[in-house]
Amino acid sequence: MAEAHPVGFQWVVEAKARGAKVIHVDPRFTRTSALADTFVPLRVGTDIAFLGGIVNYVLSNELDFREYVVSYTNAATIVSDDFLDTEDLDGLFSGFDPETRTYDTESWQYATQEQDAAGDDEAMQRETASAMQHETHGMQVEGQPPRDETLQHPNCVYQVLKRHYARYTPEMVARTCGVTEEAFLEVCRAWTENSGRDRTTALVYSVGWTQHSVGVQYIRTGAILQLLLGNMGRPGGGIMALRGHASIQGSTDIPTLFNLLPGYLPMPNAQDHTTLEEWVDAVRHPGAKGFWSNADAYGINLLKAYWGEKATPENDFCFDYVPKVSGDHGTYRTVLDMIDGKVKGYFLLGQNPAVGSAHGKAQRLGMANLDWLVVRDLFEIESATFWKDSPEVATGEIVPEECATEVFLMPAASHVEKEGTFTQTQRMLQWREKAVDPPGDCRSELWFFHHLGRMVRERLAGSTDERDRPLLDLAWDYPTHHAGHQPEGWGEPSAEAVLKEVNGYEVATGRPLSTFAEMKADGSTLGGCWIYTGVYKDGVNQAARRKPGSEQSWVAPEWGWAWPANRRTLYNRASADPEGRPWSERKAYVWWDEEAQEWTGHDVPDFEKGKPPSYRPGPDDDGVAGIAGDDPFIMQGDGKGALYVPAGLLDGPLPTHYEPVESPFPNPVYGQQANPTRKEYSRAENRMNPSPPEEHSQVFPFVFTTSRLTEHHTAGGMSRYVARLAELQPEMFVEVSPELAAERGLENGGWATIVTARAAIEARVMVTDRLTPLRVEDRVVHQVWLPYHWGQGGIVTGDSANDLFGISLDPNVLIQESKVGTCDVRAGRRPSGADLLGLVAEYQRRAGVDHDLLRPIVTTGPGALVDDEGDETPRPAGDDGTDGHDGHDDTSGDHQ
Amino acid sequence: MIGGRNSLSGPVDPTANAGYGDEHPKRKGFFTDTSICIGCKACEVACKEWNDVPADHFDMTATSYDNSHSLNANQWRHVAFIEQPKRLGSQDPGLRPPEVTDLGMPSVRPTDTAGAVADGAGGTGVGAEGEKPDFRWLMSSDVCKHCTHAACLDVCPTGSLFRTEFGTVVVQDDICNGCGYCVPACPYGVIDRRKGPDGAKNVGIAQKCTLCYDRLGAGQTPACAQSCPTQSIQFGDVDELRERANARVAQLHEAGVMDARLYGNDPHDGVGGTGSIFLLLDEPEVYGFPPDPLVTTADLPHMFRRASAAAATLLVGAALAFVGRRP
Amino acid sequence: MTGPGQHRADGPEQAHPDDERQTTAVIGSAGGRRPRRAGGRRKHGPGIEQVVPDAEFTSYYGRPIVKAAPWEHDIPAYLFSGGLAAGSALVAAGADLTGRPQLRRTSRLGALVALAFSGAALVHDLGKPSRFVNMLRVAKLTSPMSVGTWILTGYAPGAGLAGLAELLDLVPADRRRDGVLGSASRVLSWVDRPAGLWGALFGPPLAAYTAVLLSDTATPSWHESYRELPFVFVGSAAAASAGLGLIGAPVHETGPVRRLAVGGAVLELVAEHRMERSMGITAEPLHEGRAGRLMRAAKVLTAAGAVGAALSGRSRALGVLSGAALMAGSACTRFGVFEAGIESANDPKYTVVPQRERLAREGPRHFPE
Ligand SMILES: Nc1nc2c(c(=O)[nH]1)N[C@H]1C(S)=C(S)[C@@H](COP(=O)(O)OP(=O)(O)OC[C@H]3O[C@@H](n4cnc5c(=O)[nH]c(N)nc54)[C@H](O)[C@@H]3O)O[C@H]1N2
Ligand SMILES: Nc1nc2c(c(=O)[nH]1)N[C@H]1C(S)=C(S)[C@@H](COP(=O)(O)OP(=O)(O)OC[C@H]3O[C@@H](n4cnc5c(=O)[nH]c(N)nc54)[C@H](O)[C@@H]3O)O[C@H]1N2
Ligand code: SF4
Ligand code: SF4
Ligand code: SF4
Ligand code: SF4
Ligand code: SF4
Ligand SMILES: [Mo]
Repeated sequence: MAEAHPVGFQWVVEAKARGAKVIHVDPRFTRTSALADTFVPLRVGTDIAFLGGIVNYVLSNELDFREYVVSYTNAATIVSDDFLDTEDLDGLFSGFDPETRTYDTESWQYATQEQDAAGDDEAMQRETASAMQHETHGMQVEGQPPRDETLQHPNCVYQVLKRHYARYTPEMVARTCGVTEEAFLEVCRAWTENSGRDRTTALVYSVGWTQHSVGVQYIRTGAILQLLLGNMGRPGGGIMALRGHASIQGSTDIPTLFNLLPGYLPMPNAQDHTTLEEWVDAVRHPGAKGFWSNADAYGINLLKAYWGEKATPENDFCFDYVPKVSGDHGTYRTVLDMIDGKVKGYFLLGQNPAVGSAHGKAQRLGMANLDWLVVRDLFEIESATFWKDSPEVATGEIVPEECATEVFLMPAASHVEKEGTFTQTQRMLQWREKAVDPPGDCRSELWFFHHLGRMVRERLAGSTDERDRPLLDLAWDYPTHHAGHQPEGWGEPSAEAVLKEVNGYEVATGRPLSTFAEMKADGSTLGGCWIYTGVYKDGVNQAARRKPGSEQSWVAPEWGWAWPANRRTLYNRASADPEGRPWSERKAYVWWDEEAQEWTGHDVPDFEKGKPPSYRPGPDDDGVAGIAGDDPFIMQGDGKGALYVPAGLLDGPLPTHYEPVESPFPNPVYGQQANPTRKEYSRAENRMNPSPPEEHSQVFPFVFTTSRLTEHHTAGGMSRYVARLAELQPEMFVEVSPELAAERGLENGGWATIVTARAAIEARVMVTDRLTPLRVEDRVVHQVWLPYHWGQGGIVTGDSANDLFGISLDPNVLIQESKVGTCDVRAGRRPSGADLLGLVAEYQRRAGVDHDLLRPIVTTGPGALVDDEGDETPRPAGDDGTDGHDGHDDTSGDHQ
Repeated sequence: MIGGRNSLSGPVDPTANAGYGDEHPKRKGFFTDTSICIGCKACEVACKEWNDVPADHFDMTATSYDNSHSLNANQWRHVAFIEQPKRLGSQDPGLRPPEVTDLGMPSVRPTDTAGAVADGAGGTGVGAEGEKPDFRWLMSSDVCKHCTHAACLDVCPTGSLFRTEFGTVVVQDDICNGCGYCVPACPYGVIDRRKGPDGAKNVGIAQKCTLCYDRLGAGQTPACAQSCPTQSIQFGDVDELRERANARVAQLHEAGVMDARLYGNDPHDGVGGTGSIFLLLDEPEVYGFPPDPLVTTADLPHMFRRASAAAATLLVGAALAFVGRRP
Repeated sequence: MTGPGQHRADGPEQAHPDDERQTTAVIGSAGGRRPRRAGGRRKHGPGIEQVVPDAEFTSYYGRPIVKAAPWEHDIPAYLFSGGLAAGSALVAAGADLTGRPQLRRTSRLGALVALAFSGAALVHDLGKPSRFVNMLRVAKLTSPMSVGTWILTGYAPGAGLAGLAELLDLVPADRRRDGVLGSASRVLSWVDRPAGLWGALFGPPLAAYTAVLLSDTATPSWHESYRELPFVFVGSAAAASAGLGLIGAPVHETGPVRRLAVGGAVLELVAEHRMERSMGITAEPLHEGRAGRLMRAAKVLTAAGAVGAALSGRSRALGVLSGAALMAGSACTRFGVFEAGIESANDPKYTVVPQRERLAREGPRHFPE
């Protein structure tokens, strides 16, 4: 956190000043560890085992916050008899189909719950990474699933959980993660002792947890622990997902993802959502409980925002105009499609995949096979120059004279040169004024898209072609103002006008809405992102509020604006006990005011204001009315925090330890080696290093991980090109332990070559005690660490760590496994030109992956050890592969 | 000028000593609490941005994360990184559990590797009994000390270096003649003559931290302190900072961090106390500070006396040579 | 929905959740383990802990603590030429007063050339002449360079005029009867003795101040030498200027400079010896590397020059040879001392060890109120 979120880290320092104990769990000792009380190095990719061990510690010692757990989580809910756990199936859950590598979630349901037939085409869900939409939209629960509040029923979630994690003993954790039992137990004790009525523990993670083929389940494990210990919805608790780029939270709220629409509305798919009603019902699930029941209003307001007066009840508010997804359009699939010539043009805005995305070579080869590429950036980054100076030019794989891609490089205005909002980690929008005019021809994104849209519409004006209607009918009339030397008609669109539209307003009067509860499903209101409604309340830009902390309460509600409804802590109903009283005076946050008969407190209560704790829904109540007065998790179908997830995840209802896709070790926990449902594209560009049970894994004996340096930013576009940042870490390097250095003859300050089945890169060597060998499964494993900020452009150049990775993805969100791989490390510089290809080919041959691209993905149960062709399958029916998903999408970019 | 009590050494108000009247602002300075520095280098960059200090070295030094090397004309803040086989307070550094090192792993780093203090402190220090070695990573942001008795200022022959109304020491770029005398005079190796890069301003001129004289004048906080996320760099009135520093070190001692010590806070020390006070967790020299610095001009009267005697010797000797008998 | 600011009033009086645990923002404070205490620590002042110097000294990656003077060889060259100028002015004045025309001429011309060379060296070091002028804006006693600038400025007209007079003397008499040269030579003939004496008056301070110039720095080997270095430098100046006299003057005029040569050389060698003994570890650079070679050469040349000078009462050739040795010896001393200083600044050992030793001996400094 100190490395990548130094400004946020001030609060950790402040917490320490107030007596907090800080524990840092990371493969290497970082600037965060330097200030932590305890540092626990672990083998990269084993956090589920580590956290699972803590879950086991909590459950077997009955250290959970029982009252909270019984009332606020689904611990008491009874799961179907048909459910079989990984304990029964050696690492698989019931319902697994080894052919499609998907789960039929039928058997995972609560007892008496029927699976809703519609929308549960698991193959399609897997293809479009849309299963999670169940989760973001709240798990659907109908009726009253049976509960056993004594938690004794053998099939209640509590007992299921207990059995599932019983195997994660301290010895198992030590054996798997390479930590000592002593260190592990210290973490267990610290965490549990600091949780309960009087104390809360915060869990902070970022992409060290997400960028794994089981990334989503890492965070789920954290969530289970925090629920068990009563740390959710309470001050000083929670799970802090430290987001990435300045407004990456904003770009998932109003997404740059192919499978989501603003406000986490799912992107309709061509197969199941042919009408507005089908789509809306797939979100709100009529009969289900919770706040998603108003999804029709949210969806219709969005359509109204897109198509304005053209969107009417009669034409389903132009729902037909919404593009529908038909399969995997994630960034990695798209890149492979570029290589295959299926994609002709591409817009690249504020992204540098030639360096920042896994498998750099595939990224560059893909872009080199386009007809045209538009790059908007602050600098002439590698993704704009790959055709003339990428490593493939040196190896002859790209010949500049022959590369047909026409690159249009457009200079972009930076964040200080344009106004708008940032949405940060805490879901808080902060308005940013323009500080200076952009230099030269640099323009904002708003300007670019506004005028691009205007010009396209002018071109198409008068067209009678049906397919042009969605464009021509768009409400595309933002007021512009003139800034600097822009010619007439080329003004800058008003960002506040956009914010007002995002907020929503009454169509007739233009009055801004103050809460999403005011959104109507009849077309009388419109709003571009329902969760943002309120940011323009009363016509005031609430995001621009900057009242100093000293002039308001410690929750600081008047600094910026947080969605939803300016709540600073989600689900904060949980900060009071079931009767609505604070769990303790120390931890009072939101409570029920008996006299006023309403919820009150330091924060905006995340609950219906007048619903008393004693409220109980009738058997037929659904929607919001179905949520009881003591159900804090109001977006969930049963109002309960989900320890166990019957629906919503493709890879299982409970997190389970799988090895990384590339690992030197067999899975110590189960026969199933790695996540069986992961996405893996088995093709020549994407050879993976062998891992047990395959042979030759010892060709790549070391584990490597990549991450950030404080001194650089991501793919380096904003740091390697800026002298005063570039000089701070001027060269690509690799961190190795003194032990590995001795073993491989590496010299501090010298050179090393790091090799995988995809590439060999060179880096300067940093020998440091901050990396330590770990003892895993009675062997010593060396981990090496690489920053991923370098490429061939900018003031300081170097090989790119992302060239080392292949493409394997978490099935739920399609994030790449870019935190862990196996490699070999050799002293000295790498060869260049054709010799470089030769070196890599030699390793491929030794590892046995030179011609055999297929490998087993399922390693247990029926279908085990069958060579799997991965996800390099024909795309779903109806896709002839020519529709070329033009556009910037970034499914994998930042699900954290 | 020589004259006035403690004008060359000892406790004194440097502003008054420099001849400002009673109406000057309180002396300003820094308290840098290295125990909460996270080595983010925001201070380095903010300083360069605000003061237009050029970036000029793009080589990796392979000394932990320090690639800015030292304080110099193009580096007015410098963050040191020290990897040490020592324990920080009661921190559990967690590295190299005995089971791993028992497996016949080499236990001591190769001698040519850096990453620890270069001299004397190398080696991971895995105990013979396989005891868990200690480790800590110290970071510390160094800056001009704005000495009470500033040698750089004392020796400057042009008056380019001057004492501001805030008690700080600042170079006037347009007066400095680049004689470079201030450079060896500074007991902390702070000030330096700018050698490049070509095209940068003030090449050949002595450069160092101005304590953001322009910002102070406008009632603002220096850029480095403003940008420090953890308040490792605290800016304020030196009197108050000294108290804060004393309180902080006491707090750390109480918490068992006996390594904590202050540097530069004693007005009776060799430079009359510094305007930039540091809380360190190891000996000063570990961070590249002199352990017991002395303003060179403290000895100046003595030097001049010795020189006068020598000059007289020469005069007399020469005279004697001539008045002697003709050979 | 409660408006901002309101919810404080209707809730229980509530401090921040963690307020009551105001302990310390320290690493490891929450852990129970006691830190280890390093042995050998003595408590010295408030909050300051000192440690008896380690057998091994520590530093930050071996990087220098103090900065070496950014001076090129202009400066040691100036140290030499300044000393030569200073001594020569004295010799010239002596020769003038005692009627030794050849010696006077040699020394005056030597002083003039040395002065010009000094000026050139200084200006070269500064980059451009106008920068020298900057130093004349102020007179600053705490700055030996300022003091030196004024000494040089005082010296220059005297030695310069005397030198010019001598130069004019070299012009055939008939060519300097009228015209510009004529008036110049008339004026100079009146002022040449006062000018020469004036220059001589500034000679000793000019020879001595350069020692202060070096010593008044944090450069360990320069600062630590401050007691003896002025004597080394005046001795060196005397020896060098005497050497010049030996070279340029006939044997019958060199009596005083032979004595001066011996006296200067002895002073230099003795003072240098004492200096090294008093410098502790910072004397080391005077023995090592280039500086060490220079210093050894200086001693040999100076000693040989002195012996030769003493014996050169009869032989002009020996005089010339001895004079050259003395001058070379003086130059070696200057370059040696200069280089040793630079070395001592570049190696943190010479900053840390003496300071540690002093601390161990005397504890932290305490300058009284
Ligand atoms: N200075 C700087 N700040 C940044 C960025 C930057 O590039 N530079 N990028 C921004 C962006 S886009 C993002 S997404 C965030 C990311 O912020 P972080 O996630 O904090 O950044 P990383 O450095 O990638 O990874 C964090 C840590 O995860 C560890 N790690 C790797 N694998 C594992 C594992 O399996 N388990 C555990 N427990 N730890 C593991 C790494 O060693 C690393 O120390 O930072 C943002 N802030
Ligand atoms: N191996 C490995 N790979 C990783 C990661 C990892 O931890 N390890 N982390 C991943 C993560 S979390 C992320 S977020 C990605 C980041 O990877 P990318 O997003 O590909 O990399 P950036 O360098 O952040 O690219 C942002 C670009 O936007 C430009 N830019 C900045 N502001 C603007 C603007 O206002 N408008 C426009 N048009 N351009 C602008 C910048 O100059 C920069 O070139 O990398 C991912 N890749
Ligand atoms: S770069 Fe910006 S967002 Fe990141 S830590 Fe610094 S201030 Fe915060
Ligand atoms: S630290 Fe050096 S440069 Fe700074 S004031 Fe003191 S003597 Fe001058
Ligand atoms: S270099 Fe400039 S500031 Fe330094 S002493 Fe010379 S004139 Fe003064
Ligand atoms: S005070 Fe100003 S000049 Fe000095 S280091 Fe800080 S930012 Fe730089
Ligand atoms: S800004 Fe603060 S925390 Fe960052 S390196 Fe500088 S002193 Fe340390
Ligand atoms: Mo990110």
